[in-house]
Amino acid sequence: MTANSERLPEGGRIDRTKPLRATVDGIEILGYRGDTVASAMLANGIRTVAPSLYRSRPRGILGAGNEEPNALVRVERRGSSPMLPATTVELTEGLPVHTLSGIGALEPNSEAKDLDTRFAHTDVLVVGGGPTGLAAALAASEGDARVLLLDDQPELGGALLRGTDAELLDWAGGAAELLRARPEVTVVSRCTAFGYYDENYLLAVERGETLDRQRLWKIRAHHVVLATGANERPIVFAGNDLPGVMLADATRAYVNRYAALPGSEAVIATTNDTAYEAALDLAAAGVSVRAIVDSRAEPPEDLAAMACQAGIEVLADCVVAEATGTDSVAAVRIVRFEQPRRTVRTIRADLLAVSGGWSPDVGLFSQSGGKLRWNETLAAFLPEHSRQRQHIAGAARGRYGFARCVADGRFAGVSAAESCGYPAPDSPLRPGISERATRVETEQRPVWIVPAETGKPAEWREHFVDLQRDATVADIARACGAGMRSPEHIKRYTTIGTGSDQGRTSGLTAVGVLAWLRGMGSPGALGTTSFRAPAVPVSFELLAGRDTGKLLDPVRTTPIHPAHRELGAEFENVGQWKRPWYYAREGEGMHEAVLRECAAARTGVAMMDASTLGKIDLIGPDAGEFLNRLYTNGFKKLAIGSARYGVMCGCDGMVFDDGVVLRLSENHYTLTTTTGGAAGVLDWFEEWLQTEWIELDVWATSVTEQWSTVAVVGPRSREVIGAIAPELAVSNAEFPFMTVRETVLGNGIPARIVRVSFSGELAYEVNVANWHGLAAWREIERAGAGFGITPYGTETMHVLRAEKGFPIVGQDTDGTVTPIDLGMDWIVSKRKDFIGKRSLSRPDTARADRKQLVGLLPDEHGTLIPEGSQLIGEHTPVTPEVAPVPMLGHVTSSYHSAALGRTFALALLRSGRERIGQTVRTPVGDRLVSATVTEPIFYDKEGARRDG
Amino acid sequence: MLLIECPWCGQREETEFRYGGQAHVDYPSAPAETGDTEWAEFLFYRDNPAGPFAERWMHAAGCRRWFNAVRDTRTNEFLGVYRIGEGQPA
Repeated sequence: MTANSERLPEGGRIDRTKPLRATVDGIEILGYRGDTVASAMLANGIRTVAPSLYRSRPRGILGAGNEEPNALVRVERRGSSPMLPATTVELTEGLPVHTLSGIGALEPNSEAKDLDTRFAHTDVLVVGGGPTGLAAALAASEGDARVLLLDDQPELGGALLRGTDAELLDWAGGAAELLRARPEVTVVSRCTAFGYYDENYLLAVERGETLDRQRLWKIRAHHVVLATGANERPIVFAGNDLPGVMLADATRAYVNRYAALPGSEAVIATTNDTAYEAALDLAAAGVSVRAIVDSRAEPPEDLAAMACQAGIEVLADCVVAEATGTDSVAAVRIVRFEQPRRTVRTIRADLLAVSGGWSPDVGLFSQSGGKLRWNETLAAFLPEHSRQRQHIAGAARGRYGFARCVADGRFAGVSAAESCGYPAPDSPLRPGISERATRVETEQRPVWIVPAETGKPAEWREHFVDLQRDATVADIARACGAGMRSPEHIKRYTTIGTGSDQGRTSGLTAVGVLAWLRGMGSPGALGTTSFRAPAVPVSFELLAGRDTGKLLDPVRTTPIHPAHRELGAEFENVGQWKRPWYYAREGEGMHEAVLRECAAARTGVAMMDASTLGKIDLIGPDAGEFLNRLYTNGFKKLAIGSARYGVMCGCDGMVFDDGVVLRLSENHYTLTTTTGGAAGVLDWFEEWLQTEWIELDVWATSVTEQWSTVAVVGPRSREVIGAIAPELAVSNAEFPFMTVRETVLGNGIPARIVRVSFSGELAYEVNVANWHGLAAWREIERAGAGFGITPYGTETMHVLRAEKGFPIVGQDTDGTVTPIDLGMDWIVSKRKDFIGKRSLSRPDTARADRKQLVGLLPDEHGTLIPEGSQLIGEHTPVTPEVAPVPMLGHVTSSYHSAALGRTFALALLRSGRERIGQTVRTPVGDRLVSATVTEPIFYDKEGARRDG
Repeated sequence: MLLIECPWCGQREETEFRYGGQAHVDYPSAPAETGDTEWAEFLFYRDNPAGPFAERWMHAAGCRRWFNAVRDTRTNEFLGVYRIGEGQPA
């Protein structure tokens, strides 16, 4: 083997002025621009690729396009994919190629790729740039309809590129030129449509000439023309996986398009007319074609005569029974098709070109909801009925031959343009070419399998059906033996058709073999398996495109964020928000920092950024009535200037959100929601206002990002508020708990200050316009400095509220918890109705043994029970014999308390209130610890601290 | 991806919308007088026909308005859309 040893001295569509060097498994090869990796391998005498995935059998290149099951490679290049068919990778300078046995590896540095997304809206989308697609695009664009043409090759022409007919290639070149000159036409080469969804929405991947550039096209078309062509099928016989066995049309592609010889002595096996072209082209390229093995008793005379003239023997009524050889095909044994199948001849050959007929590529059509129907004459499933605004034309619906394809494409193009309101073209397409006669094909004689002369199908492990999956007739026979009947079951049992090649060479063959095994005449009655997106492999990173990191999931920060960073806060993600978790000082861990922050809030003064709480303004004469219907407690009679805590339930009576509602004026309320629940609460309001209570005059507006909120907490907070708001009367009598005051801070910032507490301590929330948020924070920090004001984060907030037994919706509740379960009977109005109230008296919701919120005190004061821990009874045995161990509930919150000097927890516990005083147990690490059940309040039970 | 006709904005992509389940399921007017079975049916039971189905949609990434639509659940074809308060088209 020498470099370019198997390259024809002339011809092909490669650019011989652009020589390229590359390596395959470390061996240097020479190629030209226009080569694929596969064609360059063949031109350099490399016919064997990596062995098969499961059975390590030698394998070669089977096809010349995306049907390739064997020749999978990894390319060590910036941005390459883990595994690609060598038949679709364009050769570029210095490309390092490694053959793969069916399993690739993800590239660790995927950011090296240029990936983008493009949206396109078009009148007519044409998929496929062969004769059909070109004719369709020409016809559709003649009346100035906007046309988008996608083709997966670097060069337009489709199947014509595999031939040598100069007149037809000229036609394709002329058509391409004409299309590119039309302003409303966009031609995208190297672009493969892989998904076809509702309402003519298609996805396509466009590749650059190199592997590191890809673009995802998202296309909405008024009308679609599918000109996706057809795939050649192999035939199943013994040893049909040996290197040297190739699809007949692929051998044409290699000699004609790439000027690469796939072998030197060839046998052609066929069931139809098309392989004769391959035989003649191979012979013309200098391959010694020993015989055409035709399953038909009477091959067409004209083709037989041409073969004879080229010195090729035609063996009619014969099939290949076996390809033999150690590492590649060395000989082909031919048998009579009719029984008894006696051996006719054994021929020495290194290339066996096979054509088992053609399957229209109906993948996209089928994805779009189109229905297929078996056609006995063509031995294929053909499109029958479209569900969307589309045409499928040419070989993709079994119209073979240039003239038929052009005529069919033209008709589809005209219809497509007309359906978009564009006039039909009145000039015919390049007369002379479109009327060029295509010979009428002779009927084929399908051969799905050439049975072995001995043994049972379940033993035929060398009759391969799916080369990528290493699945054989024996596997299908075994699936049948296990009771599988339908192609769908066979597919799942054998994995046939589930490889990255999407079963292009195995799907229908498997159905044919199944029909044969079940004694059915043809596969027609069995149907096909479903075609699904993606029709060709695409990477997740392409689908993601630029939508990664911050562009996928935005980071929300409050205006006070710079101050948190200066203070060295550790941040916690709460929804999309970054919230300060705790502020560790020099030498502190989280534990020490939280204890210090808690102590400051309980004994001095502390401050936190509460701006992320959802905030909604409700304005309108019916705002009070609206709140009354949604919250479990009443708000209609809330005094102006007052605040009230409220809980909302879903229709099922389960707690949905909570927050504080302020009444600012007769018709103006403003309320807070949980940080994560803000959007959901606004949606909930809108749903009721728009769909159920359209008579209520209320407007709900999100003001979360309009207000910044700083909580000032602790026994000395009144002094800090007094210092920052000189005009405000702050005594308990003049500014009592749960009231709101509008004032101007000493630094001139207007502020709305609320006396509300989520810690049990004397506390205030200072609300200012968002753009003053940072200034307000700094003012409070400055005024509080003399009192040792301490910033605290979400962890301290959680500890403080848990010590008081205030539940957090979404942490201590999970959508199965009622206000009654939380022990909040006091907030559930007896007098008025509200959403969910009726559900609280449903038999299941009113059960006494529901899980209820309780406190837990671990017997070991220093042991922290992990949140989520399961709780069991004190005497419940934990042994495999009584599994599953009956669970009583779980821990929802668990902390170290500075105020208590010990750990504590909140839990949802079955019949929890009845168990107060009892002991439960829970696993911590690999041991069980005990805890006493308590009321869910641990600190300041009498509520003496909130007024300072 | 479906194209859905918002009665306020016109045809928009499916991803702009939120689904809201069966339409014309009114919140019972007198919940307290509603029996347990009837209430459970309101809460948990919805039709699931193979064919035309009146359902609620909300143009969440658009005008944020709720509307009703009749969709054929076998084909996903939208047979019609109508605003809240308008009767279901025949």
